[in-house]
Amino acid sequence: MRNSGFKILTEALTGNKGWKANWRQPTPKSAYDVIIVGAGGHGLATAYYLAKEFDITNVAVLEKGWIGSGNVGRNTTIIRSNYMLPGNEPFYEWSMKLWEGLEQDLNYNVMVSQRGILNLFHNDPQRDTFIRRGNAMRLAGADAVLLDREDVQKMCPFFDFNSSRFPIKGGLLQPRGGTVRHDAVAWGYARKGDELGVDILQNCEVQSFMIEGGVCKGVETTKGSIKAKKVAVCVAGSSGRVMAMAGIRVPIESHVMQAFVSEALKPVIPGVVTFGAGHFYVSQSDKGGLVFGGDIDGYNSYAQRGNLPVVEDVCEGGMAIMPMIGRARILRMWGGTVDMSMDGSPFIDKTHIEGLYFNGGWCYGGFKATPASGWCYAHLLANEKPHEVASEFRLDRFSRGHIIDEKGMGAQPNLH
Amino acid sequence: MIIDHPLLGPRDVSEFVYLGDASLINRPDSQNENAAKHFYEYLYLRENPAGEHRELWYHEHGDRSWLVVTRDTLTHKITRVELARDTALAAGRNK
Repeated sequence: MRNSGFKILTEALTGNKGWKANWRQPTPKSAYDVIIVGAGGHGLATAYYLAKEFDITNVAVLEKGWIGSGNVGRNTTIIRSNYMLPGNEPFYEWSMKLWEGLEQDLNYNVMVSQRGILNLFHNDPQRDTFIRRGNAMRLAGADAVLLDREDVQKMCPFFDFNSSRFPIKGGLLQPRGGTVRHDAVAWGYARKGDELGVDILQNCEVQSFMIEGGVCKGVETTKGSIKAKKVAVCVAGSSGRVMAMAGIRVPIESHVMQAFVSEALKPVIPGVVTFGAGHFYVSQSDKGGLVFGGDIDGYNSYAQRGNLPVVEDVCEGGMAIMPMIGRARILRMWGGTVDMSMDGSPFIDKTHIEGLYFNGGWCYGGFKATPASGWCYAHLLANEKPHEVASEFRLDRFSRGHIIDEKGMGAQPNLH
Repeated sequence: MIIDHPLLGPRDVSEFVYLGDASLINRPDSQNENAAKHFYEYLYLRENPAGEHRELWYHEHGDRSWLVVTRDTLTHKITRVELARDTALAAGRNK
């Protein structure tokens, strides 16, 4: 069933009785060509691109809860491709291009809003690094504009430009960055994947892998055993736990990341803005709430909730650039479990077990990567070789010394 | 979270800096013929359990001692705190 303006009008005139469920509730088959573990954004995108781009439709996506109940429903909805390193930037820029055509592709309103993302700088060395980053972005086909203080003042007059501690000297703007309605991404991919024949199995938790003689032949689940030619794990946040069931240790720590929404305010923040002297980023939702976050808590956690010192730190960051938000009240705050990899970059790779594949380690930046991650993972599953923009995301890069350390922090996951 | 420091008593977590898995105390022998493999595992493959976790915390805004904290990663409940020095000595290290 195609969504269209005509359809909305017809339904409005006939009491909205013609809408059908966006996806089926199928019973598991005994075997599939590909099983994807985890129906988050990345897992559902993988299933959709497998069916659409690679003609593999005998696919199941297994989810222990309901679809999109993990990090795709818990993030701050930002999309951007302002990375620097050659292993990263082409991948994220390609993801941005997929976002730009996603609504037409899925026939679903995911509310892609390219309002721009502005990273502020506060001193000369920071400006130099931002110029370098902007050049790297442009070399990879992305857009980047260097703004001086006056430009920033025109765009965001509400910043504290007179701060003596962190004076705002300018910013690096990516005009194509912005935000996307996060839940709709999961729903849009699920709906279209389902239409192409993908089975989405909710409340179906994987309890173990069937591994015989170094080959993965399926999974045991709470809904019985399901065989598969290929099993693709895609459970960022729980990667360590799930891969441990296959006896594989991954270079990942699980951390808690907090996010916040304020009460609704009049429109004031033009796009996404980030503070360069601390770690604070904020955008304003269509409902008017300020959506913001900062650093991860910094210790291993699966609790999906954080502690107050980080709440204070995030709010101090906000106050440092825009003191006007001091009287706004926080409406909601929550924590999500994120895969922090040892170099801050993700993995899309085969494992040493035949038929078992791994996608994870997205740190706290997996949402923006959703379309390209799904496409590249589908490419790997279909062709047995990595997509050219994701060829560096290998599990063995640490033992080979080819790390992708965007922030130059070394093997210190809580600093990436 | 409050960490019950063995020497200073209960201290707020914001006084501490986190390093990670307590097995980082056990630095591999650089003269071993498989040293490269051992160092790869030591540095990159850490324990990451959902449940009880032994981890290193540094009391940066306090007495600057290293602590081994046993904490549940599902509930954040801390069950044991010891000086990392004691842990190392008990494991046979000479300092």
